[in-house]
Amino acid sequence: MSEQRTIRLTVNGASFEREVEPRRLLADFLREDLGLTGTHIGCEHGVCGACTIILDGDSARSCLTLAVQADGAQVQTVEGLGTVDALHPLQRAFREHHALQCGFCTPGMLMAALDLLRKHPSPTEREIREGLSGNLCRCTGYEHIVRAVRTAAAAGETVGAETETASAAPPREAGAGAQSRGSARE
Amino acid sequence: MKSSAPITNSTITDRPGLDPGASVGLALAHDSAARHVQGSAAYVDDLPEPAGTLHVAPGSAGAARGPIRSMDLDAVRASPGVAAVLTAADIPGENDCSPAFGDDPILAAGEILFHGQVVFAVVAATRDAARRAARRARIEVAARPPRVTVDDGLADGAEVMPPYEFRRGAPEAAIAAAPHRLDGRVRIGGQEHFYLEGQAALAVPGEDDEMRVHSSTQHPSEVQHLVARMLGAPDAAVVCECRRMGGGFGGKESQAAQWACLAALAARVTGRPAKVRLDRDDDMAMTGKRHDFRVDWRCGFDGGGVLTGVDADLDARCGCSADLSPGVNDRAMFHADNAYYYPAARIRSRRVRTDTVSNTAFRGFGGPQGMLVAERMMDAAAITLGLDPLRVRKRNLYGPGRDVTPYGMRVGEHVVPRLVRELERTSGYAARRRAIARFNARGGTLRRGIALTPVKFGISFTLRELNQAGALVHVFTDGSVQVNHGGTEMGQGLHVKVAQVVAEEFGIGVDQVRITATRTDKVPNAPPTAASSGSDLNGMAAHRAARTIRRRLAALAARLFQVREAEVGFAGGRVRVGAETISFGELARLAFTERVSLSSTGYYATPKVSWDRDTASGRPFLYFAGGAACSEVAVDTETGEMRVERVDVLHDAGRSLNPAIDMGQIEGGFVQGMGWLTTEELVFDETGRLLTHAPSTYKIPTCSDVPADFRVALFEPGRNREPTIHRSKAVGEPPLMLALSVFSAITHALASLSPGRVPPLDAPATPEAILRAADAMRAEA
Repeated sequence: MSEQRTIRLTVNGASFEREVEPRRLLADFLREDLGLTGTHIGCEHGVCGACTIILDGDSARSCLTLAVQADGAQVQTVEGLGTVDALHPLQRAFREHHALQCGFCTPGMLMAALDLLRKHPSPTEREIREGLSGNLCRCTGYEHIVRAVRTAAAAGETVGAETETASAAPPREAGAGAQSRGSARE
Repeated sequence: MKSSAPITNSTITDRPGLDPGASVGLALAHDSAARHVQGSAAYVDDLPEPAGTLHVAPGSAGAARGPIRSMDLDAVRASPGVAAVLTAADIPGENDCSPAFGDDPILAAGEILFHGQVVFAVVAATRDAARRAARRARIEVAARPPRVTVDDGLADGAEVMPPYEFRRGAPEAAIAAAPHRLDGRVRIGGQEHFYLEGQAALAVPGEDDEMRVHSSTQHPSEVQHLVARMLGAPDAAVVCECRRMGGGFGGKESQAAQWACLAALAARVTGRPAKVRLDRDDDMAMTGKRHDFRVDWRCGFDGGGVLTGVDADLDARCGCSADLSPGVNDRAMFHADNAYYYPAARIRSRRVRTDTVSNTAFRGFGGPQGMLVAERMMDAAAITLGLDPLRVRKRNLYGPGRDVTPYGMRVGEHVVPRLVRELERTSGYAARRRAIARFNARGGTLRRGIALTPVKFGISFTLRELNQAGALVHVFTDGSVQVNHGGTEMGQGLHVKVAQVVAEEFGIGVDQVRITATRTDKVPNAPPTAASSGSDLNGMAAHRAARTIRRRLAALAARLFQVREAEVGFAGGRVRVGAETISFGELARLAFTERVSLSSTGYYATPKVSWDRDTASGRPFLYFAGGAACSEVAVDTETGEMRVERVDVLHDAGRSLNPAIDMGQIEGGFVQGMGWLTTEELVFDETGRLLTHAPSTYKIPTCSDVPADFRVALFEPGRNREPTIHRSKAVGEPPLMLALSVFSAITHALASLSPGRVPPLDAPATPEAILRAADAMRAEA
């Protein structure tokens, strides 16, 4: 067995300190060590997008990221997106616009959409389709996923406001839609 | 205006004209939608692991065919964390996980049948440890050259089942006497399911020989039976449970069983809970796919393109065992007519054995491949005669007097011609086709194409015994209701539909009805959730169970309130009893007090189906579902790049149980069919190894690949003339075949390169395939 490393990170606003093997994947760490099973594992090699999370403000594949790489990072998963009583506008839009069937891709799709809307608060149709094109859905044909993201984007302010409080993401040009486009990457 | 507007994908509404308080026909969200968006809907791998759970990883030999000469698993056993290494010798009962024919070993029994076959399984403390250990095996195989393709298998005369044939009239003579004759060969690729949730199972040993298996399966009853047989235990000792799957598409109909068996075997051998979650590459290499076909067709037709005779040989790669190939290939034959009348026909199927993974069910179950042949003949006749393919299609559609299929079943209702006419109008087909003709006449590398194709799909399992279902409904004394049925939820929205049916029966809100996990100890001996039959069968069974309870409640209310039973009504969560009303919960409470049972089973067996395969006679289907699609594409004939510009769909879901759910099936089915026909290509090398064993090399449509202009409408007058559940029609599979319009539209675009010639386009129409066909057209031009 390899030696253990201590990592400290913030997940959905809560701080954790854990011992992990250096080769432990972030996806496995989140699912098994923290019990956050909303992050799903689909292809295990970074193509399907089911395991998408937000890592320090950018979307990332948790199946291609080692837990030790998240040392000191801010992580957001689907569990940190909204609460049972107050769903995030994206969650509401996905539910109301039938943007899911089997639901397995949904958490990753939501996190990819969140990343998209943070960087492009008023995305064009093309930007939505390209922004989500790294996430596979085998059930819906995407039509209603695009529709849901469009609707959530139209709710503009709300998306920005709720995600800021929910994620404790690193500082960015909050609410400044046009300027933040393409410049959110650290 | 509002109530009569059609339901489209841009305005999804409840079905118009519903009574207030109705549940059936509401455009409700999927019952797990709120949980899905929060990530709290649990799949097998998300269930809390019981203490001491071990993890199982399969191991294989790296050869495709031949006897195992030696197997050295010492290094595997010595690997860190390994608790056990399982081989065929560890199986206490039968080493078979086949649905019927006894030819699918759970663990290889002395002989390798395909590349990736499971030879042993490692049971270890963690998944990672199990997978690492599995790579340390040294297995020697006296490898023989594998038969990989249909052609290889045919050359060897290898079959998994004998050939089968439908024949009507004298097609050979009809074709010979026809004014026009054509023949051709088309190759139709297979398809990987790529359910987002890979195969998974968790087995928990109980007392004595008992075993509980959580399986991501479309067929819990079969998993139960196969696990029991593998353990040498009675069926009654095993419970299989499935709350939901992260997609199935047929890939978990028969082929979820192997992983459940391996988990159960590991649990039996170690005495501890054991879990299998396949790595995606293993999943793609180790589980079967849609059958690929080689089809040779001949047809005769008159000057108007009306067929006089059809003769088709459908040769399918079945892989190394029978699995569900008998049914799949029969269904390909049943759909080789699609929606067209063949006055004389011979349709023959050969079920070719190859040394590759055993191909299995996939949404459409052979139907799509059969229908592609029909559409190829339509395109070929039209192109040869210089006619609009839509005119040729319309002339060949089933209609009064031309209404008997090649297998002798009468097409009783003619919805498809109406759908085609209406879609022709609403899609603006004629004007768009003229514009495309002008565009293509300019020459140039970019070509456009348009096609409008119908779908007629037979609904019922062609294996008669599968057309039955059970349900179990409990009413509790607070008025809440629990429903269990034999169907499984894989995202298709079956559970919300069944909940709507039960809510409607009790006149309560859908939120008062809870559907629980599918469990073999609640509803036994259920068929798979497949063949689009989920809501037809289970909806009806649940309806009957609920009706039994409702009748008891109505009789009780009539007795207690001294009114006639006809004066008792259930609506809006209330029960009207003569002039008074009480809540549904109050009546349930009274029923308990008065000792009236609040629980019932329900059972349904599809009427009228009578197919006799031996004599090729009778009625295989209760009814046909139908739809039509019009697709427009742009093709770069120098690069092979293709884009679907616009899609219009009109689909008949009968009286929709839930328009939102049905719309999702139509859109998703179309895109999945489009993937099969355009981007998804399975490549095996000559050693029989699947090269496209991950989504990095196997191209599944993404958000940016699907048509941005996608207009779907439900056929507003739709109503099943058979007494199905609330007159709805099955909708799971039929929309997949609407995507044949894309394939025909590409054919149309390519045909402009050399008018009068039929483009030699095979499926999938990948850029490479399009380029090959374009080059062939130019070479002949």
